[in-house]
Amino acid sequence: MKTHQLNVYRGPCAILSNLNLDIPQGKWTSVIGPNGAGKSSLLQAIVGLLRWDGSINIDGVDISTFTNQELAKKIAWLDQGSSVPDELGNPLSVYEVVMLGRLPHQGWLHLPSEADHLMVEQALRLSDAWQLRHRPLQKLSGGERQRVLLARLLAVGSDILLMDEPLANLDPPHQADFLQWQDNLLGQGKTLVTVLHEIHFALRADHVIMLNQGKLHFQGSSQDPATHQALIALFDNRIRLEKLGSDWVALPS
Amino acid sequence: MQKNYFLGKLSGLFIFSAVLVLLGALLGSTGASWNFIESDQAIVLDIRLPRSLGAYLAGALLGLAGGIAQSLFRNPLADPYLLGSASGALLGVASILCFGYLGNTWLEMIGLNGGAFIGALLGVLASLVLAGGYQSSLRLLLSGVVISVILGAGNSLFTFIRPDLFQNIQSFMLGNTTLLSWSGVEMMAIALVLCLLVTLIISPVLDALSLGENTARTLGLPLDQLRLVLIGILALATGCAVAQTGLIAFVGLAAPHLVRKLAGGRQRVQLLFSCLGGGILLLASDLIARTLFAPIEIPVGIITAVLGGLYLLVLLRRISLEVHA
Repeated sequence: MKTHQLNVYRGPCAILSNLNLDIPQGKWTSVIGPNGAGKSSLLQAIVGLLRWDGSINIDGVDISTFTNQELAKKIAWLDQGSSVPDELGNPLSVYEVVMLGRLPHQGWLHLPSEADHLMVEQALRLSDAWQLRHRPLQKLSGGERQRVLLARLLAVGSDILLMDEPLANLDPPHQADFLQWQDNLLGQGKTLVTVLHEIHFALRADHVIMLNQGKLHFQGSSQDPATHQALIALFDNRIRLEKLGSDWVALPS
Repeated sequence: MQKNYFLGKLSGLFIFSAVLVLLGALLGSTGASWNFIESDQAIVLDIRLPRSLGAYLAGALLGLAGGIAQSLFRNPLADPYLLGSASGALLGVASILCFGYLGNTWLEMIGLNGGAFIGALLGVLASLVLAGGYQSSLRLLLSGVVISVILGAGNSLFTFIRPDLFQNIQSFMLGNTTLLSWSGVEMMAIALVLCLLVTLIISPVLDALSLGENTARTLGLPLDQLRLVLIGILALATGCAVAQTGLIAFVGLAAPHLVRKLAGGRQRVQLLFSCLGGGILLLASDLIARTLFAPIEIPVGIITAVLGGLYLLVLLRRISLEVHA
């Protein structure tokens, strides 16, 4: 996926400007930046939630030529955090929530097919939420709910998955599971784009995009020393990076 | 397994509905008619049966509209009247009553039922115009409140000019099932089938909205268009019901809550059961209104408000107990 001179607007204001990004196919890309840098807005623009101009291409095809349904099949998006409205107190079951991920693939009557049920089961098992399938979503803890919403994302069956802070509410064992889960998805050829605040997780990605004040600060390989220098500069030299085993961790300088 | 439960519950609601309609046809303010002699037959077939079926259908339309309103606006206190349809219908009736004496043939053709229907639709339309569209639920809700206040003021003006109409307008506000005819039943039945079919087909959009509006938009659904269709159904169902029975309180608000535990989370089942629950609530209230102080009938709106209000109180108590537990 590539963007060329991408400008993103919230109302009349441009919140991201002139972004030329290269998101490698079949790899994991992290988007990092301080609060208000426009990380979430970038993902929201790609899935059509915010107005944009310039171009966003997938395999050389501009996504503005896709219908809503085609775009929904190609790109799945997970919202920030795991908040789900609960005004009505009539929660869907976990299974029903994950089945909503299959809506782009269903006909006008939206009746689930055998293939839909199979995808939902696979997604629930992969995100370790199969045992929760009969429970109402609103009765789950934050971490359990996040796993279910990840399963909903996976059930779409898209090749490109955009995740806005997917580790929010997950405890350390489930964060480790998430990384394992990412590896499985990468093994299936999926392209992953995550917005992460945890720098040590973000640096485990293949590719890093850094945004600052609505502009591209830097993009490159997560293992490249130039990327590390750019990251330290992004946070005004207030962090330092240390190698711990095979991982990089960010510490206060 | 779940399908069987669904069919069992659906059958139960249908059987209960049929029993109530049968009771409605047999019970009157002067007692029960068990012998089908000729005079009783006329009462049963020409008065009680259309009244019972009509009350059931009006309740079903209000239950469906209430279910749509609560799901669409993600608000458990939303009811079918929140977009200005009630005050619009009331103003429509007041206008017809007020200007009827002028001998205008158009007004005579429209009649009170037509006035209520047109008023309800215009009320919703005015809310849509004031909200500048249907994209923002909050703006739409606030516009509904504003339109209700403005149209309510217009209605107060009519009763100020023509105080002799106050009793007629009051009767419309409390709801009335005594004048339901076969033509009204036919009209409501057609509207119900149409509204229910379209709603059941597009109901997954309401399921998707339970994940938040942004997530629903990324699932490839034409959210804006479907939202407009649902508002249209809400207006049509409410308009048809109030045109025939007046402003019956609480049915649209209480029916979705009555069936929520039974229906589970999916909107397709929830809305179907809301529809049946609304019919049951209004017809049961009508039976109580007819027989409680027989031979005097009390306005059915008073009974629905008491029954619906009591149920919501019980529900509120149960929810607060669950929270404390």
